[in-house]
Amino acid sequence: MTSLLKTWAGRGRIEVMLTFRDRRTITFTVLLPLILLLVLSSLVHPIGLKYVSFAQYLTAGMIASGLVYGGFQGLSIAIPEERSNGTLKRLYGTPMPRSAYFAGKIMNVVVIYVIQIVLMLGLGAIAFHVTIPTSPTAIITFIWLSALALITFTSLGIAFSSLAKTGQAAAAIATPLVLFLQFTSGVFFIVTSEPAWMRAIASVFPLRWLCQGMRSVFLPARFGSQELGGGFHLGQVALIMAAWSVVGLVLCFRTFRWLPLGED
Amino acid sequence: MRFAESRVVPPVCNSVGVPAAIEVSGLKRSYGDLLAVNGISFAIEQGSCTALLGPNGAGKTTTVEILEGYRHRDGGDVTVLGTDPAKGDRSWRQRLGIVPQNCADLLELTVGECVTHFASLYPAPRGPEAVLELVGLVEKAGSRVSTLSGGQRRRLDVALGIVGNPELVFLDEPTTGFDPEARRAFWQLVGALKAEGATILLTTHYMEEADALADRAIVVNHGVVVADAPPRALGERADDLAVVKWIEAGAAVTRDTTTPTALIAELHARLGGELEGLEVRRPTLEDVYLRLVGEAEA
Repeated sequence: MTSLLKTWAGRGRIEVMLTFRDRRTITFTVLLPLILLLVLSSLVHPIGLKYVSFAQYLTAGMIASGLVYGGFQGLSIAIPEERSNGTLKRLYGTPMPRSAYFAGKIMNVVVIYVIQIVLMLGLGAIAFHVTIPTSPTAIITFIWLSALALITFTSLGIAFSSLAKTGQAAAAIATPLVLFLQFTSGVFFIVTSEPAWMRAIASVFPLRWLCQGMRSVFLPARFGSQELGGGFHLGQVALIMAAWSVVGLVLCFRTFRWLPLGED
Repeated sequence: MRFAESRVVPPVCNSVGVPAAIEVSGLKRSYGDLLAVNGISFAIEQGSCTALLGPNGAGKTTTVEILEGYRHRDGGDVTVLGTDPAKGDRSWRQRLGIVPQNCADLLELTVGECVTHFASLYPAPRGPEAVLELVGLVEKAGSRVSTLSGGQRRRLDVALGIVGNPELVFLDEPTTGFDPEARRAFWQLVGALKAEGATILLTTHYMEEADALADRAIVVNHGVVVADAPPRALGERADDLAVVKWIEAGAAVTRDTTTPTALIAELHARLGGELEGLEVRRPTLEDVYLRLVGEAEA
């Protein structure tokens, strides 16, 4: 048991080291959200936003997006790359417990998420007077939302990674998909201002619900009246996120491949 | 499961009692309509070094990757260290060392980090420093893998293949892209592994490499074994005619003979002094190999 945990920790260490040494990962998972937060908070004053500054609203959405960047987009690009460059094949040929590869990836996603949160809240607080919630309720909600989002987006990223042959091909699908979801799920815009068809599409996917949940953490309670359906509806958020976690886990366990297609 | 019933196979020994590290019989694998491996059989003794030779597309890599547990097979029986590779578990993998082809991973780690990390995946690894010493990468321990030359990169791949202290080492085209000096150094490394008692299965396109390292050469073409013998005996190479060349009265003369020594003595007696441009050549492994592969082609 201890040796298993040691191997997991060893993989986690390697993954984190690789992340910090790969400029692309840092750019797309840490710097890009930070730049978006900075630029949009300075420029945009959306019509119809009540009770809070746009920076406060956007911070909730960008933190919700953190695991989409690190977990979904990051893994759906990194894993095909590791499948085509021989990383997975080499590991598969060793006695490493198979779970250690995934444990390493998950630890890496968590580390990136923590860094994202610290930097975004820091920037928000210093530059845009963003209030950081400190109530126990807010923190507990934040933790279970993050846990469900971690499972959902990490497992969906792993499942998605089996669709593409190379990292570049994966990036070409995952990047626009993430942007589309961000635009429609209420990260940059206010969901109530969207046309009904767009809201309907966004409501199928987990990001819209995660954003709504994060707004309950970062925005004052009275903002709930501005949400679709007139409240944060955390029970519904939890249910839909949990359903997506199950979908993600089932998909990633059923589709994961260690070797490139046709080489098994 | 796509295989027929499994059976427990006791280790098979050859006539002098050395148990087999690898046993393959009637191995088959196809990709769509293409029969990549069409009934290959061989057994490899523990502690031996065997070269698997053949042109691209002959079925070498498919065969090796079935033995390594990467690919599945459509038919035949295979045991590697007494285990069916399709059912190989962690304790089986602990005894194997694999040096795959075309590795482009680990680029942003240092050589030392790689060896230390992979050592941590095995229960009784070699010391990382000892492995770096063995492959001659001690002074590169702090360098990123992305900065290594092709030969250094390949030596790192070998280091990662042997760091677990394996009983059986698969070397898949280990010296592709090496300069002659690096290749000689690599041959010494394989010699050292052999001396430690490891069983080695090597695939290569370099016939002089097979000649230098292997106790036995298995030539495959179109998915079947076309020759199987020690390199020196392959294709009756030892019994082949020698080609003697020399220059007589300003003109090059070439003669095939079974008795080159007698011919040279006769020339020496007739022409006197040093023979101009004298050359005696036996067919190399490459000559024999090309003939074998060509024959199979016809």
